[in-house]
Amino acid sequence: MTTMRPDTAQRPGPDTEQRVAGGVGDSPVRPDGTLKVKGEFAFSSDLWADDMLWGATLRSPHPRARIRGIDITGAVALPGVFAVLTHEDVPGAKTYGLEIRDQPVLAIGEVRYAGEPVAIVAADHPETARRAVARIAVDYEVLPPVVDADAALDPRSAQVHDRGNLLRHVPVRRGDPAVPAEVVVTGEYEVGMQDQAFLGPESGLAVPAEDGGVDLYVATQWLHVDQDQIAGCLGLPTSLVRLTLAGVGGAFGAREDLSMQVHACLLARHTGKPVKMVYGREESFYGHVHRHPARLRYEHGATRDGRLVYVRARIVLDGGAYASSSTAVCGNAATLGIGPYDVPNVVMDAYVAYTNNPPCGAMRGFGTVQACFAYESQMDKLAAAVGLHPVEVRLRNALTTGDRMPTGQLVEGPAPVAELLRRVRDAPDPPPRGTDPRLLPGGVSNTTHGESVVRGVGYAIGIKNVGFSEGFDDFATARVRLELVGGEPAVLVHSAAAEVGQGLVTVQAQIARTELGIAQVTVATADTTVGSAGSSSASRQTYLSGGAVRAACRAVRAALLARSGLPDARLVDGAAVSPAGEVPLVELLRAGPVEETVEWRHRPTSPLHPATGQGDAHVQYAFAAHRATVDVDTELGLVRVVELSTAQDVGRAVNPQAVQGQIQGGSAQGLGLALMEEIQVVDGLIRNPSFTDYLIPTILDMPPMRVEVLELADPYSPYGLRGVGEPPTISSTPAIVAAIRAATGKALARVPVRPEHITEGPQWTD
Amino acid sequence: MSRTHLIRLTVNRVPRQVEVTPRHMLLDLLRDDLGLTGTKACCLVGECGACTVSLDGRIVNSCLVLAVEADGAEVTTIEGLATDGHLTRLQQAFLDEGAVQCGYCTPGQVMAARDLLAHNPHPTTAEIREGLAGNLCRCSCYAQIIAAVSAAAAEEEK
Repeated sequence: MTTMRPDTAQRPGPDTEQRVAGGVGDSPVRPDGTLKVKGEFAFSSDLWADDMLWGATLRSPHPRARIRGIDITGAVALPGVFAVLTHEDVPGAKTYGLEIRDQPVLAIGEVRYAGEPVAIVAADHPETARRAVARIAVDYEVLPPVVDADAALDPRSAQVHDRGNLLRHVPVRRGDPAVPAEVVVTGEYEVGMQDQAFLGPESGLAVPAEDGGVDLYVATQWLHVDQDQIAGCLGLPTSLVRLTLAGVGGAFGAREDLSMQVHACLLARHTGKPVKMVYGREESFYGHVHRHPARLRYEHGATRDGRLVYVRARIVLDGGAYASSSTAVCGNAATLGIGPYDVPNVVMDAYVAYTNNPPCGAMRGFGTVQACFAYESQMDKLAAAVGLHPVEVRLRNALTTGDRMPTGQLVEGPAPVAELLRRVRDAPDPPPRGTDPRLLPGGVSNTTHGESVVRGVGYAIGIKNVGFSEGFDDFATARVRLELVGGEPAVLVHSAAAEVGQGLVTVQAQIARTELGIAQVTVATADTTVGSAGSSSASRQTYLSGGAVRAACRAVRAALLARSGLPDARLVDGAAVSPAGEVPLVELLRAGPVEETVEWRHRPTSPLHPATGQGDAHVQYAFAAHRATVDVDTELGLVRVVELSTAQDVGRAVNPQAVQGQIQGGSAQGLGLALMEEIQVVDGLIRNPSFTDYLIPTILDMPPMRVEVLELADPYSPYGLRGVGEPPTISSTPAIVAAIRAATGKALARVPVRPEHITEGPQWTD
Repeated sequence: MSRTHLIRLTVNRVPRQVEVTPRHMLLDLLRDDLGLTGTKACCLVGECGACTVSLDGRIVNSCLVLAVEADGAEVTTIEGLATDGHLTRLQQAFLDEGAVQCGYCTPGQVMAARDLLAHNPHPTTAEIREGLAGNLCRCSCYAQIIAAVSAAAAEEEK
């Protein structure tokens, strides 16, 4: 193992940071905000081109079927229809995928999940396109689907693909696999299929170009990985497939895979006209990957005083029909699956299986959410078994700097697990239950006046890796240009980093202000004319693209100071200053702009050993803890979350307001998983593809939050920052369930918790 | 194609005449016929509030109102709030309080909050929650939205 030294050149310091309003640590108004509050911000579904056509998709109604034939004649004959395409019309690679190119652009001979695209249509009106889709006749030979991940792993199971149903197995071994313990607690847990449920549907506009290429305006999380896959499927060089980020109405992982991108480009190239595609809400539920449902079996062994001796775990994730990012999700579940605890002996096996269920992939938390529900439930069980407070048992096992993960990786930098736990434990209690029925479980439904309502408090803490792991060459590119605009110095920051709502545009501008001391900063629209920024996922973009912007600014500053000709010059208050003299920036820029493009990397990670799971797989860890206070109507099984108190270490709050936004939003999505959010899949079919039946938290569901933000600098990261977006989603779910258990004594081994689990489910001690 | 109807309505103080089919929704009229894309298409079944507009002084989910029902009506959309480029206090408060992230729900939130303040200039937190219960925000800026509405109400008082 190579021990990395902190890169001192990356550390913040008064010699490099310029004091300017709207810089790092401030919360300036987001540059896209004014357009957004005026309704003038162009989301991908708002785009328009003269003479454009509308695309629509025919999807399989069956989770598994052979296609005997496709008859498109009825659709082609419809006036207003310009193209009807099937897999035969895909000129390049017929399949794509983030990790394994196993997903057909359009089904080839068989379908593997209900909702799989089979054919696409372009027409002069969206209704015409939909009618044409309905006229395509597909002759299916329906086959029995593989709908259970455990059953899929049985060698006798039908195969979803011809290479077996095991998509990945990640073992992690540490210490003695057979060590005994004085106290043993076991549990089996289940996590339902959660949806990202972004509000802005999958959509975009593909415009054919005169050079034979295509320009695509689309809402995505990662322009360049889209570009690579689209170009491959179109049989074009990437230089002829140009992507520009259109307004993104939320992402949360669901835009890391392709949806309509290749389809719109195919139709545009086939018809020679711009083609717009917009999914409706129902189609959106079929149009993107979901969070992996999971079954998790855990055994925790401990001493009588609550110190963990071993953890043995088996996690089975349902990957659905195509690989998407399943292998990385499985890696996260395995490597982070015992939580932020120091455990000397670990036997962990995480599996992800192909099934004929909807494909699963990235969602906020990415493999750690499922595991955290299980390991935190286990910690509560252990606390009960040894007679300790739930927080105390966690404190006795809390991971800290200098400990090793089950992968053998040394935990460097701050790991304030114990501090975060103490903060939420010691937070003031929310007020006691009042008599207003609107504030009781059931709310305005007026289902109780307080009888049978019991309060409970629960705790949880989670751990997440920031950035891409396991040896992935993760980097981001940024271009920074400093020039005179109207006689004043102005900065243009250009990257391909996707603003998905999190506030990355603001952060990029803040970093440029801090590095160059110039207030006037513009962030250009993200596109593929600049190098890859990597994905807006894995809580990585402020770290990676922030690091790239900072590095590019420093390169600009160095070039500018060199231009001054002054020895050892520094940038101070808009001038190059050295003991030998001073030259104003404006003067230096009269010779022309200074522009630098930098590709920036964090420290490398390494792959996991295939048999032992050992390796320095992750670049940074992030932690958050929650305390949930709930009122439960034990007769009706209704829950009201009264308060969430959270503490999270963000290293440095580059934008405190955006940090709040991430913590509130992430906690809400965890609340959703705890209490209401599940895609109901029955025999491979989604039964609730609407916001009527797939419930996401409303303003009434979301309680007041008490948020404590710690800023313990990571010595390796830009400004010491730590990824913020995912940790709040991870620990809020188990904290809420723990609170319901505390109120009811029920086992609640599955999320989301349903009323019947509370009214009729087994007791915790059963 | 089915028969169309000519309807007349006022949108953001501008009189308009539009040919619509009987099945088209007010949402389609605004977005596709008038190009007012600030009103968002989202759940399409009246659950999320992203398409909220004001129709004759009452807010509606425009995905649930037939376009023909708006014949003769006065409609205000998010594009009709700012005057001469100046944001309303409410819009400014959404910006200042960090109540805008992805922004997809923002037009509906602002329209619903505007209606709430019109009927109740000084709402309590509980009243704000109830008033905006029909508007989903997946980024979950709910605390920030409450702060924004409270701030706009307080500003109004000054």
